[in-house]
Amino acid sequence: MNKTLLTLAVLGMLTGAASAQAPNFDDPAEFAKQRDQLTATFNGPADQVYLQYAGDSMADTAQYKKDGPWTVCFSNAGVNNPWRVVGYTNMTEEVKLHPEIGTFTHVDAEGSDDKQIADIDDLLAGGDCDVLIVSPNSTAALTPAVEKACAAGLPVIVFDRGVTTDCPVTFVHPVGGYGFGIQAAEHIIANVPAGGKVLMLRILPGVDVLETRASGARNMFTEAGLDILGEEFTDGDNAKTKSIVEDYLQRGGIDAVWMDAGATAVAAVEAFEDQGMDVPVVTGEDQQDYLQKWRDLGFKGIAPTYPTYQWRTAIIAAVNTLKGEPVPSPEWVLPQPAITQDVLDQYINEKMPPLHYAMCGCEDMPSYPEAWGGSK
Amino acid sequence: MTEQSLSRPETRKRRLPQINPVYVLVVALILAIIVMNPAFGEPTGYMNFLKRVAALAILSAGALYVIVSGGFDLSVGSIMTLTVIGSSMLASNDPNSTYWIIPLMLGIGLVIGLVNGLVVSYLKVPSLIATLGMMITLNGVAFMWSGGAPRGYLPDTFRFFGRYNITDVPLIGILPIAVICLVVFGATLWWGMHRTNFGRMLHAAGDNPQAARLAGVPVQRVRISAFVVSALTAVLAGIILGGRAGVSVNIGSGFELQAITAAVIGGAQLLGGRGSVPAAIAGALALEAIFTLLNLLGLAQPVRLVVQGLILIGAVAFATYQRKRAGR
Repeated sequence: MNKTLLTLAVLGMLTGAASAQAPNFDDPAEFAKQRDQLTATFNGPADQVYLQYAGDSMADTAQYKKDGPWTVCFSNAGVNNPWRVVGYTNMTEEVKLHPEIGTFTHVDAEGSDDKQIADIDDLLAGGDCDVLIVSPNSTAALTPAVEKACAAGLPVIVFDRGVTTDCPVTFVHPVGGYGFGIQAAEHIIANVPAGGKVLMLRILPGVDVLETRASGARNMFTEAGLDILGEEFTDGDNAKTKSIVEDYLQRGGIDAVWMDAGATAVAAVEAFEDQGMDVPVVTGEDQQDYLQKWRDLGFKGIAPTYPTYQWRTAIIAAVNTLKGEPVPSPEWVLPQPAITQDVLDQYINEKMPPLHYAMCGCEDMPSYPEAWGGSK
Repeated sequence: MTEQSLSRPETRKRRLPQINPVYVLVVALILAIIVMNPAFGEPTGYMNFLKRVAALAILSAGALYVIVSGGFDLSVGSIMTLTVIGSSMLASNDPNSTYWIIPLMLGIGLVIGLVNGLVVSYLKVPSLIATLGMMITLNGVAFMWSGGAPRGYLPDTFRFFGRYNITDVPLIGILPIAVICLVVFGATLWWGMHRTNFGRMLHAAGDNPQAARLAGVPVQRVRISAFVVSALTAVLAGIILGGRAGVSVNIGSGFELQAITAAVIGGAQLLGGRGSVPAAIAGALALEAIFTLLNLLGLAQPVRLVVQGLILIGAVAFATYQRKRAGR
């Protein structure tokens, strides 16, 4: 038995050592910056959130000015989850609004760094692209590929996940992962008594935009004196999520469930519902199924968002660049609103699919809602 | 417990009754869980556990048919995915649609099983490859059908089987529908495997196809039937899992390997000829119990994965060792 314990301890140390070498996902300066941006005023038209930006630093793009029709190339990390499906629909619909775009070339890396690096090489070798949009699969691996594209003289627009080079024209993204974690954590802290028990559910470790959500929230819970019951990885699997919550419920009460992404939030809610318990604070994201469950059961929910309208903004940034118009740079930081109880009803649309992300900024497009799988 | 009812030669040296180690493992794991968490001994505790394991248990019992016949069926997880995604697409929030969707899905399962069986039996493609191809194909079909994101909900009538509990039952308090399904389908599959001529032919075909053929067993037809049974149980498991968890794009992925693992923990012999339905179901219980127990121990996730892997290897190694010693 002692031997077993010893083995476990050694294993624990090994995993501890492994995580010590991981990149820094707990950066107090970035945390503070994003916390401020959540409440900051953004420039740009008030009714077109996808055009708004923080700060006033702009890039001069006169050198890229070109007559249409253009070929816009897009190297996509993947269309492998519902968030990316909604985002990609936003993007293709936005392309249709710009007659100057002659050809829109989309290459899907299917979630593989290697494929995406090869994809970018192929696009560069083809020589047809007037602008390259990149949604990187991972930060470190794609940085050299993006640098290569810049070196070839192409204007490059990066969005969603970043790269560690400032050669692109701009990097389009919403406030960020810390911001997401902060919004959910603030809601929990406000609605749970001191010493309350919080279960943190996460999809998987090691992804920067998810790690920062967790570290942001974890810091705030510790600071507020809440008791973190555990951090569990669900793999984005509903059945597993439900089992994990049920197991924690058997061990004792839960005052709040914090989620790093909303895909399995409904399963977590159902775990309480099916036991005949009152649903405590369960955070989610802006998917329709969660918003509707929240309204129907009337628990204390909140939906921080990682808005899919950034996919529209990426096209707009590309178009502005080729027109030679100024573009917010080096980063185009978009607002990242959270859906709260007060505004819940205006985001619910039962005619949309369950995993449609409500904060899509797409309602003003002519093909809405059919192109997103909804009906009028 | 079927092993116990068989009379064994009295010349055996060891006097301990020959119990399949999987049952010992399950009992030990469950006792450990109850020690850790007495609430598990209450009906709501263990009924929830059985409800959770129902899909995998039914799937393992079905997968066992193919394993006993000497093959593998890697397509079952993707059949579950297709069942859930397809049902949500077709249902379009209409509660009455369940009555035709479930038969339709079983029909699709039947066709998939037939294709698997025909490809393996007549085109002589090894089952590992044939069903791997089917898995990739079906995942593609589900993805194309949904466009990458599910476009509908499962109505409550569909989710009934995986989610609903009958409450106020005397003695046990709650009785989940999924547990009733587990008992009914488990018993049916047990009967088919251990009490029918088909079951005997299945064992014969898996053990030694040449000898079975010479003895008049229609080996190819038996094998095709095994794939059909496996595909149909995958549809049933998909209905229960979808009912329990709701729609997601990757629901059911990984279940093919879990089902095979459960059957092997239950003492099934890969490459055929040997296996028991109750033991495969117990194997599924053991898998889920390991997950629950490690969760209760509160170990960090990486440590949990290591322990889980070691227990699996240990359980199968022990079963094989015991079988060797017993000369079976």
